[in-house]
Amino acid sequence: MKVRAQIGMVLNLDKCIGCHTCSVTCKNVWTSRDGVEYAWFNNVESKPGTGYPTDWENQARWNGGWERTKAGKLQPKQGSKWRILANIFANPDLPEIDDYYEPFDFDYDHLKSAPEMEAFPTARPRSKITGERMEKIEKGPNWEEILGGEFSKRGEDYNFEGVQKQIYGEYENTFMMYLPRLCEHCLNPACAASCPSGAIYKREEDGIVLIDQEKCRGWRMCVSGCPYKKVYYNWSTGKSEKCTLCYPRIESGNPTVCSETCVGRIRYLGVMLYDADKIEEAANAEATTDLYDAQLGVFLDPNDPEVIAAAERDGVPQDWIKAAKESPIWKMAMEWKVAFPLHPEYRTLPMVWYIPPLSPIQNAAEAGAIGTDGAMPDVKNLRIPVKYLANMLTAGDEAPVVTALERMLGMRAYMRSKTIEGVTDEGLAERVGLTGRTIEDMYKIMALADYEDRFVIPTTHREQVEDAYDLRGGCGFTDTNGCSGGTSKASLFGGAKKALKMPSEVM
Amino acid sequence: MHNFLFGIFPYIALGVGIMGSIARYDRDPFTWKTSSSQMLRRKQLMIGSILFHVGVLIIFFGHLIGLLTPIWIFDTMGISHGAKQLLAVVAGGIAGVMALVGGGMLFHRRWTDPRIRKTSSFWDITILGMLLAQLVLGLGTIFVSLGHLDGHEMVKFMSWAQGIFTFDGAAASYIADVSLVFKLHLFLGLTIILVFPFTRLVHMLSAPVRYLWRPGYQVVRSRRQKPVNPAE
Repeated sequence: MKVRAQIGMVLNLDKCIGCHTCSVTCKNVWTSRDGVEYAWFNNVESKPGTGYPTDWENQARWNGGWERTKAGKLQPKQGSKWRILANIFANPDLPEIDDYYEPFDFDYDHLKSAPEMEAFPTARPRSKITGERMEKIEKGPNWEEILGGEFSKRGEDYNFEGVQKQIYGEYENTFMMYLPRLCEHCLNPACAASCPSGAIYKREEDGIVLIDQEKCRGWRMCVSGCPYKKVYYNWSTGKSEKCTLCYPRIESGNPTVCSETCVGRIRYLGVMLYDADKIEEAANAEATTDLYDAQLGVFLDPNDPEVIAAAERDGVPQDWIKAAKESPIWKMAMEWKVAFPLHPEYRTLPMVWYIPPLSPIQNAAEAGAIGTDGAMPDVKNLRIPVKYLANMLTAGDEAPVVTALERMLGMRAYMRSKTIEGVTDEGLAERVGLTGRTIEDMYKIMALADYEDRFVIPTTHREQVEDAYDLRGGCGFTDTNGCSGGTSKASLFGGAKKALKMPSEVM
Repeated sequence: MHNFLFGIFPYIALGVGIMGSIARYDRDPFTWKTSSSQMLRRKQLMIGSILFHVGVLIIFFGHLIGLLTPIWIFDTMGISHGAKQLLAVVAGGIAGVMALVGGGMLFHRRWTDPRIRKTSSFWDITILGMLLAQLVLGLGTIFVSLGHLDGHEMVKFMSWAQGIFTFDGAAASYIADVSLVFKLHLFLGLTIILVFPFTRLVHMLSAPVRYLWRPGYQVVRSRRQKPVNPAE
């Protein structure tokens, strides 16, 4: 057992209102620069839809993530190391910028500088790459917002696999949900595995996956390797960039920008302890439907004395173990089993999990027939097909999703009964495999969602690994080479070089 | 002049090339990259880039081995100078045409596609032009070589190249009487080495072969300077 800690995230889709505040605040902080105008470390998609970049979920097309070979070996879907190097001159799986969208801006200045004209002046679009006029914008970061576009296109959504989708194109049967997406900070990242330079790494202390900008050579294999298409090639700097989980904020115990600014309070951050020795075995589970359970098996119970002893031995600080015990992620993923990984079938063991959304009951007549008075409606009658959610969250296995939805309905019914009728209906809790006490805990964390309950983030222990005195007069957080410190150990021009403590590789 | 161009300039070019590359790698690692433009435009790159890179790699290693292997090694192996030259002409010719076609496609794309043109630096375009010119000159030497297939001209170049690396003061004199196209080819080649550190060509020094024997797939980094459990 090799215990490591990871900052995980859960998004409660039941409460996402699709306001895009997360995307916009993230953009303002991280990607409002040349070369990444098109990149959204966090974006929100309307589902059903093909998403951003278009059709990203379809790995038959993009070859992202991992595959289990016929011989039972785990390797990146885009190929073994030889295969990846053979494609280095021209990567057949790399999306083109038009698969995201060509970034654009508008001629705002024309609105005030236009001479007197017969027609009202307009601000026409201009490409951010070439600076040339764009006659028609064909695509944007959120082109299918609120079911924009015809169903025949949106219906290409990969999650419709095995669903009779035609009827959902009809107005009466249509359904919708939001899916905010960011880097999954996977336990088995396919981007890091695909990087020929070894520039992408997972941090031992908090599991954040980062790209070393000075080691990245722009071989662009990570972009195609990531099945979530959350590594972006900066066409200006020639380096890849990705979500950093706002590590400077996480290190000081603050939530990420997307989480902090989430209006619906749907985001949770907390520590998960996991067994690093079990990762490969879990990611290599035989059937894709086993992957969700296999990943649950990688997590370690922070209340187990053996785990605590092993964690201490492996250098996990005390306050991190304490945070793991109070982790909202642990509760939702492991205790209540209401949160699920996004597309576990990609075999990356993602660490940003989702609580599936409830949806209105199919039609009023059915609702009357069931009678929701205190009791619960059948989740099969929910407007969003369970199979659709299962394709997204459990590789198509409906049972865990049904349980989660029932528990959420059970929580509503229990709390309605308690607060409106003043009756504590323990039977209702039992019906969904919980106790009244657990449901009240769920209600506190999932429904009320106080700041302290959502974000349980221990600070990082830099004092143990570096001497702050060495950092005096440093550049702070820069876009690399800010004052060209140079990280190599050898000094070219004589004199001792001030050591910049870069994390070093461990196995 | 001849002595400067082929006796002294090679040392300037190599000196700037090597020291410049070290300095850039040390001081500005952020700028060390391939500058791939595949994401902006896939068209023409898929075939062009593969032809160009494969061709150039064959030519590069062909020159390296062909010029710097001492002549006595070929003699002991029983390979005649004529046979070696014939091999060089055939293999180099095929690879040269591949690289020229591929490079031509890349240049056309870089020059005419507004996305690539606008995002190209001065050196991106210049170095590609220089490489294409060098390929044309190199292929041009084949026609001269066909006039003397016994390999004695080729031996002159080997003596010159090895003379440079063994600090032979008379190195330049070995190629005093070769055809002008060879001299142009050599001069441009040395100039490419001279400007090498200031261009995107540096990415070839980072060819990621270590990837093949990097243990496992995952990379984990720690800030700790010492492992927690040295016993493990």
